[in-house]
Amino acid sequence: MDYGTWRGVFTIIILVLFIALVIWAFSKRQRKSFDEAANSIFEENESSLNNRSDDQQESKKHE
Amino acid sequence: MSQTSQQQPIDYNLKVVRQFTVMTIIWGIIGMALGVFIAAELIWPDLSLHLPYLTYSRLRPLHTNAVIFAFGTSALFATSYYVVQKTCQVRLFSDKLAAFTFWGWQAVIVAAVITLPLGITSSKEYAELEWPIDILIAVVWIAYALVFFATIVKRRTSHIYVANWFYGGFIVTIALLHIGNSLAVPVSFTKSYSMYSGAVDAMMQWWYGHNAVGFLLTAGFLGMMYYFVPKQAERPVYSYRLSVVHFWALISLYIWAGPHHLHYTALPDWTQSVGMVMSVILFVPSWGGMINGIMTLSGAWHKLRTDPILRFLIVSLSFYGMSTFEGPMMAIKSVNALSHYTDWTIGHVHSGALGWVAMISIGAMYFLVPRLFNQERLYSTRLVNVHFWLHTIGVVLYIVAMWISGVMQGLMWRATNSDGTLTYSFVESVEASYPFWFVRFVGGVFIVTGMLIMAYNCYKTIRAGQRASAAVSHDVKTA
Ligand code: HEM
Ligand code: HEM
Repeated sequence: MDYGTWRGVFTIIILVLFIALVIWAFSKRQRKSFDEAANSIFEENESSLNNRSDDQQESKKHE
Repeated sequence: MSQTSQQQPIDYNLKVVRQFTVMTIIWGIIGMALGVFIAAELIWPDLSLHLPYLTYSRLRPLHTNAVIFAFGTSALFATSYYVVQKTCQVRLFSDKLAAFTFWGWQAVIVAAVITLPLGITSSKEYAELEWPIDILIAVVWIAYALVFFATIVKRRTSHIYVANWFYGGFIVTIALLHIGNSLAVPVSFTKSYSMYSGAVDAMMQWWYGHNAVGFLLTAGFLGMMYYFVPKQAERPVYSYRLSVVHFWALISLYIWAGPHHLHYTALPDWTQSVGMVMSVILFVPSWGGMINGIMTLSGAWHKLRTDPILRFLIVSLSFYGMSTFEGPMMAIKSVNALSHYTDWTIGHVHSGALGWVAMISIGAMYFLVPRLFNQERLYSTRLVNVHFWLHTIGVVLYIVAMWISGVMQGLMWRATNSDGTLTYSFVESVEASYPFWFVRFVGGVFIVTGMLIMAYNCYKTIRAGQRASAAVSHDVKTA
């Protein structure tokens, strides 16, 4: 295979991979885990990060 | 999904995040003040005091290094270390190595501040630093990659949040680019020559240069966007599936766009055309990402009215959209024939750099400072608002002035008389540019004033945090 042909084949491989990726990302099966991932940044497990969460930790301990 | 919320609080390594956050603000002021200084030198050249160390030619690379590698990259270190811990719900891998990346990176910057004014340079744009510093950069960067990826490996969540993909792509690619482009033959401690020569050298340089834009100034800051915009807006990103496609499309296209910096040069013609086509296609994922970020606010637009931090983040995205519309256009050869070498390029650079990179970093720093220093909120939201307007007005002054002077320069340079001679001499175009350079200088002063206000606001917040924690420990002692 000469270089030009190889580039052409390579481009097609990338195109097919890309289409597969889009189909995968937009498939129904992915929906739930993606929703969870998108919301994951809000379930914080606060450390001694700031006073407010310290207080929350404190009050949990007292319960 | 994650089962960690009922467990022990996680002891995050916030020290290194704090250090990088503070240095981001300090280097931001220094780098942008240098920008104002060189902008002034273009109008009043005697400002160099006729000292070689203060000439435009030596301070210009110092400006670009200070804003990109000191300000921008410190912001990326700070936020990536914060985001990777928060989204993986685990402490950073190795405190010692993380501390090494902080001190190592500061050493690199100090070395730049010393060597560039002395005229020690490899003369490759954005890769000016000489080989001993290049080696230090490579070592620090590999340590950074180790800390980042080892933290991802030991994560407690099942999914790797999309921001980390962008940060990870940025870290890996910068390592490749830096090491690839910096290969050189040293002839003395302060001088080396590139391994590459001729057109290959040019191609390597702009493969590096463009991907420094694509992966450092874009992908890294997109990682920032995917965490801080949803956090500050308090709603998940508009479309997570789009973010996945965005990532793969962006990283697979950017790598090919470098030749648009070398239109009409000794580079083979087909290479230029490939670079042009790839750059035009790059518009699509760029705008996909921008829309994904901005639409995160859909249904909550009113927040923009009351929250200046969110405004920084969202307006940064609109500047991102602007520069990624402009970029593909400038990559078209016939447009580039007009824009190349003119102030238009400089306007494009700063709509990306001051509009996108600086604004999203400033927004992220305002988000981080109270959280890192034990405060509920910043010292003054009103001052954030003042900063927002100073910065926005400054950027608009800057880029509008550059667009006008850029197009003017391009038209003057190509104007010919009926007998084929040039209508204008080069000096005439310089003279015509002065008013616009003055407007840019004024815009720069606005921006640096805003940065100083930011420093004051953050200083007050940090001090209040220290006093609060001192009071707490006092209470504990007396109790
Ligand atoms: C107060 C803010 C700033 C001012 C006044 C300023 C001013 C300048 C000036 C006068 C130049 C030289 C232009 C020329 O050679 O004609 C320049 C170049 C440059 N600046 Fe800035 N700058 C500022 C902020 C920034 C920031 C925040 C960044 C990046 C994050 C940045 C990145 C660059 C780059 C990459 C170049 C080189 C452009 C090229 O070679 O095409 N600047 N700046
Ligand atoms: C789709 C995205 C983009 C494309 C296709 C693009 C394209 C271009 C083109 C065609 C040039 C002019 C090259 C020349 O004539 O010398 C340029 C210069 C530049 N662009 Fe972009 N751009 C894009 C986005 C960005 C962004 C987001 C930034 C962020 C800061 C940026 C930073 C720069 C810089 C620093 C230069 C000056 C390079 C130099 O020193 O000559 N670009 N870009």
